[in-house]
Amino acid sequence: MPKTWASRRPEAIIVLEGSRQGVARIGRHFIDLVWRVGALSRFLVLVLLASGTSFRRFRLVVREVYFEGVQSLIIIVVSGLFVGMVLGLQGYETLQKYGAQESIGVLVALSLVRELGPVVAGLLFASRAGSAITAEIGLMKATEQITAMDMMAVSPMARVIAPRFWAGVISMPLLAALFSAMGVFGGYLVGVVLLGVDAGAFWSQMQAAVDFRYDVLNGVVKSFVFGIAVSAIATFEGFDAPPTAEGVSGATTRTVVSSALVILALDLVLTAFMLRQG
Amino acid sequence: MERTTLDFWFGAFVLAGFAALLVLALKVGNLGAETPSSTYRVQARFDNIGGLKVRAPVRSAGVLVGRVAEIRFDNDRFQASVTLALDARYGFPKDTSASILTSGLLGEQYIGLDAGGDDKKLADGDRITLTQSAIVLERLIGQFLFNKAQEDAAPSK
Amino acid sequence: MSAQPLVDVSDVHFGYGREPILRGVSLRVPRGSVVGIMGGSGCGKTTLLRLISGQLRPRQGAVRVAGQDVPSLDGEALYGLRRRMSMLFQFGALFTDLSVFDNVAFPLREHTSLPEAMVRDLVLMKLEAVGLRGAQALMPSELSGGMARRVALARAVVMDPMLVLYDEPFAGLDPIAMAVVGTLIRKLNDMLGATSIIVTHDVHESLQIVDYLYFLAGGRVAGEGAPESIRATPTPVVRQFVHGEIDGPVPYHYPAPGYAEDLGLAPARGDHRA
Repeated sequence: MPKTWASRRPEAIIVLEGSRQGVARIGRHFIDLVWRVGALSRFLVLVLLASGTSFRRFRLVVREVYFEGVQSLIIIVVSGLFVGMVLGLQGYETLQKYGAQESIGVLVALSLVRELGPVVAGLLFASRAGSAITAEIGLMKATEQITAMDMMAVSPMARVIAPRFWAGVISMPLLAALFSAMGVFGGYLVGVVLLGVDAGAFWSQMQAAVDFRYDVLNGVVKSFVFGIAVSAIATFEGFDAPPTAEGVSGATTRTVVSSALVILALDLVLTAFMLRQG
Repeated sequence: MERTTLDFWFGAFVLAGFAALLVLALKVGNLGAETPSSTYRVQARFDNIGGLKVRAPVRSAGVLVGRVAEIRFDNDRFQASVTLALDARYGFPKDTSASILTSGLLGEQYIGLDAGGDDKKLADGDRITLTQSAIVLERLIGQFLFNKAQEDAAPSK
Repeated sequence: MSAQPLVDVSDVHFGYGREPILRGVSLRVPRGSVVGIMGGSGCGKTTLLRLISGQLRPRQGAVRVAGQDVPSLDGEALYGLRRRMSMLFQFGALFTDLSVFDNVAFPLREHTSLPEAMVRDLVLMKLEAVGLRGAQALMPSELSGGMARRVALARAVVMDPMLVLYDEPFAGLDPIAMAVVGTLIRKLNDMLGATSIIVTHDVHESLQIVDYLYFLAGGRVAGEGAPESIRATPTPVVRQFVHGEIDGPVPYHYPAPGYAEDLGLAPARGDHRA
């Protein structure tokens, strides 16, 4: 297993650096991006191949679900509540101009279940759990724990990387569902309890508009895809981090930034795909 | 010792997640409430369905009685063949008519059922023969203008 | 020396980039012995350990451990070989999320299905051997450098390996901890009937415990012999290192062929290159 995949970049990069700096920099970033996508894909295949242990010894995954999922609960629940309350307030403000305050439940539920739930929960998950995974793996690498494991004939891919990856994939949809549910509750608090919208209309309009298959299940599919993406990026960045303090901190930052970009880009693709299908 | 707490938290987390999903499915979404346990399917042919979509509501007297299950193009008759999934709790006479209506001026399109007087009820696989197509705004305007022109032309002769 | 050494490295060449680090190193480690590999920083000592353990593959030459050709082993076979060897890392490389006990038990739990009671006995036995049975419940962050090294040592020998590789076992330790670790290496080696290779630049400590010593310089074996003959060696490179002389044939900078002549012939060019 290569120590740092980054040390194997194509020599084309060196050639480009010569003449015009600006163009060269763009080119270098582009090549770096292409290289990273390729390395990430290869890494993902290796993780999947090494996943047998994770399911044979599920306790390894349970442990990581605790660190990634349970430890993210508070931020997810609190953010979900706040986002739902803000949606309720803003929605009420606009809807009452058209005398449609009762539709506030529809507005809150649809925005949460379709978009905000998976996306915001994904972003929070990337910054709370993703960065922690990267830092942990990077640190294990920097302190030679990964090599030590490899030397003990224990595959780090199977023992360290795969359980963290699968824990993320499992945690993400659950966190997104919790986020959406808390958000709807927040919307209910603001709309019904605070602003006095009729509770019956709130729920019945919501139920008439939110479809289980096309809205709820598609939201779950989204959060599942985001879970795969964030977990893959976080474990890859950690495993690929140069074994130094700067290396690990840089990798942690990259995890958060690229996870956010990938979540938003994937969301666009998935939304377009799902709307066409519906 | 530590392991059991870990398992506890894992279990609590998974349960909470699934409970949230259940809430989303049942309380927020329409699973259970709006998906009748049993339905029967009837067919209807329309010359033009306008903007009707799969899963559009089927209403009778304004009450939701079913949904559009399938829309196909019948290549022999050059008509649209629409399959309706109706709630088994409601029965309709054989000579019930189906028309494609619009909720409000610009709202979504749905199918309205007007019950007839036949003693026999519609059963699974039956066909509704009396149908009225969607009103297409362009055609309506075109027809209106055409009639107007004819009216204007007639007295002068 | 026995006829068939446990580790047989012959004419190994290796380099990370274009610059070669090892240029034809040969050494033999007989069973049951403690062999030291010594040399200045960056002379390829650790690289040599990585070649022996199969983390790296040589460009040229052969590495044989217990009769197996290490570079040609595939993943499965390499892991099979590694189960019978272990490595002590420079700073211990203890798993930070596991307690001392769990760290030592780790290889047992991964590779065997021994009942927990037996795992406990074995772990406590090894911890007792390094004098840290009382620290079994501590986390690695609560240990001093010397204690961490001893726990790592217990973990390295818990599977009773045939070969233990030590990467700078004395680095960053105070003299007492150094002596403790040195004594333990020797004691455990003889107790378990293992074979040890110690990579170090600590002359004093290693000369006391090794049976035989290889001295690396410029990517080659510059000198070898038993501790007494090394102390009395006439080879200038080795003598300078062993006695810690500031001035001598060993360059402070990155080793390169003919460096001394290069420096003596053209000091102006040396300036330019710096």
